[in-house]
Amino acid sequence: MCGIAGIMNLDGARVEPVLLDRMIGRVRHRGPDDCGVSIDKQVGLAYARLSIIDLVSGQQPMRNEDNTVSIVFNGEIFNYIELRAELLRRGHKFLTQCDTEVILHLYEEKGEECVRDLNGQWAFAIWDRKKQSLFLSRDRLGVRPLFYAVANHAFLFGSEIKSIFALPGVSREIDPVALDQIFTFWVTIPPRTAFEGILELPPGHSMTVHDGKVTVKRHWTLDYGASAETAANVPGSEEEYAGKLLELLVDATRIRLRADVPVGAYLSGGLDSSVVTALIRRFTDTPLRTFSVTFDDPEFDERAYQQEVVRFLGTDHQEVRCTYEGIGRVFPEVIWHTEKPILRTAPAPLYMLSGLVRKEGYKVVLTGEGSDEMLGGYDIFKEAKIRRFCAAHPESSIRPLLFRKLYPYLPQLQSQSDAYLAAFFHARPEDTRHEFFSHLPRWELTSRIKRLFSDAMRSRLGSYDGYAELRDRLPPGYPTWDGFSQAQYLEAMYLLPGYILSSQGDRVSMAHAVEGRFPFLDHRVVEFAAQIPPRLKMKVLNEKYLLKRCANGLVPPSVRERPKQPYRAPEGKSFFSGAPLDYVDALLSPERIAHDGIFNPGAVQKLVEKCRQGRASGIKDSMALVGVLSTELVVEQFVRNLKEDVPGAGDRAATAPIYHR
Amino acid sequence: MSPVPEIAQQLRQFIIDNFLFGQDGDGLSDGDSLLDQGIVDSMGVMELVGFLEATYGITIEDQELIPDNLDSIDKLVKFLTRKLQRVS
Repeated sequence: MCGIAGIMNLDGARVEPVLLDRMIGRVRHRGPDDCGVSIDKQVGLAYARLSIIDLVSGQQPMRNEDNTVSIVFNGEIFNYIELRAELLRRGHKFLTQCDTEVILHLYEEKGEECVRDLNGQWAFAIWDRKKQSLFLSRDRLGVRPLFYAVANHAFLFGSEIKSIFALPGVSREIDPVALDQIFTFWVTIPPRTAFEGILELPPGHSMTVHDGKVTVKRHWTLDYGASAETAANVPGSEEEYAGKLLELLVDATRIRLRADVPVGAYLSGGLDSSVVTALIRRFTDTPLRTFSVTFDDPEFDERAYQQEVVRFLGTDHQEVRCTYEGIGRVFPEVIWHTEKPILRTAPAPLYMLSGLVRKEGYKVVLTGEGSDEMLGGYDIFKEAKIRRFCAAHPESSIRPLLFRKLYPYLPQLQSQSDAYLAAFFHARPEDTRHEFFSHLPRWELTSRIKRLFSDAMRSRLGSYDGYAELRDRLPPGYPTWDGFSQAQYLEAMYLLPGYILSSQGDRVSMAHAVEGRFPFLDHRVVEFAAQIPPRLKMKVLNEKYLLKRCANGLVPPSVRERPKQPYRAPEGKSFFSGAPLDYVDALLSPERIAHDGIFNPGAVQKLVEKCRQGRASGIKDSMALVGVLSTELVVEQFVRNLKEDVPGAGDRAATAPIYHR
Repeated sequence: MSPVPEIAQQLRQFIIDNFLFGQDGDGLSDGDSLLDQGIVDSMGVMELVGFLEATYGITIEDQELIPDNLDSIDKLVKFLTRKLQRVS
């Protein structure tokens, strides 16, 4: 696990090493153990290493025997042992035990198709000297990040945007359309990022840069076309589905424990991380280290469930206790890492947690991410199911009573009258035909934040329609899928890579050089899950039904049977309940808001007053506050005052750089 | 008791300041559904009720928490007028 960066000069000029140093210096938090740079005329690759596999000889950039192919790689290939054995049989010679070298030889063997054989999480760049072509790829679900830009007659790439911004002459402007998308979908629609001219390689895509031309190609997609119960080659009975799912999860966990350093696990207190921890337990005799976030505020705290799992599985457990003040204090650092506005503070505790893990000497953790998307855990799926059920008989006065089953952890919703609950979740029969039926309530609610936009911002956006852009990107089969699968697709393709795996995943764990690994996101699990009939994912209103079946006996019964509680963190109180935070006052002041021109200063003032007085606790106001504050932090840290005092590549703690010239 | 136009104006001002943060108030007409316009969410209903009780000295019963009473400026005015008559 590491950070990568690179330059390909499109005018053929030789790459200056100092530029690579600058780029990789910006992401040394991702790879504090080692650092390397290699230059081949117009192409330069840079690498910051976190040593996990083959601690001795796994340095990068790595080259093949005849020096025609070189690679920088961030991530892990979990099936590298099997791939290596196969490549050895075909006569390839290996100098290391490292998964990086496996990609190199697999590329020699299969070219750009090599990614189809990989089971893992990756972002890499391969310079093919013979073809004079730069090949970049990103894993199927977008676990590892990869950004790029064309500027200064060069193609630039990096694990984080800050590497690209480290170069002189790269413009740093907020993209208004990106803000419109974030304040609708919570994420930008790839390849768009929060910054104009900076793109991300979308999950499941590869690209080549050759002869000055950039070509992006999809190598994988999530397909729900086979989830019909008649689909061939999948088991039929509930028991067979459960058996196959467990078998795949066991193997996905097994290969994710491959590392030359100890591996820990996150425990949220929910089903998914508990299942992963239980599966790890099967493969290890040594005390398993687990780590949790706890909250002072009981509304968010899940400590009791975490402790049950700890007792049940006998793990060696540690927790980081989050206070309002603590979240408020680290929030600017969190945004330095997310590199985009966010609508929730939930990444902040995870940023603190990875700090604890690192302090304890751990570099790798397994977690439960991906289960809710793939196996049907999210409330949005349940909400859509009930709304659809009610819309079928709009005159029924009994059906809306089901809305009481939603969001048991939101007191303000539970205390509503039946009539209001019905009104909140109301859907007309014709609404159910909308392609975004499941997500419209969330997106419409989030869109209200755009009321805070300034007139200038509104006129720049004009009639921009995010729904239309998203609609254009739907796969051809989408309209034929059932509603449950459509909702899963939207979560898995957008919120998962753009927020869960990014702002709440890679970016806050790699901030402290901690690598996350996700058994539920093994592509074999994901592809199988896409074939499981929706009725087994959510049985009536019982979410993740099939997984709960698999988990029988693996986790404490109370954890298996508890109602789902989504991971959340305190919002308004984090910024306004303790001692005043200087940056909050400064960034939300009417002068600053007016100067930056994104939001209306009077409107922000009213919002801030409401939050300061503790009158705001609704989801909409909380999202608006966190959204405005994080946007202003992005402007402050990336556009206005880009930090220059970050350690450069020359500031090498561990070892001297490897220069290949 | 405040005359009806005054109540309507007070309610409008509260809704615009508190839910719209002063933006887009011109587009809000007295008959518009606060739910359909995305002005009031679940927490918003609570805020609205709190405002009515504090400002007009009334108590709103659970069975009165229905969109028919609270979901537009017109409905709010009618509901309030009824409540205030009962109080006085």
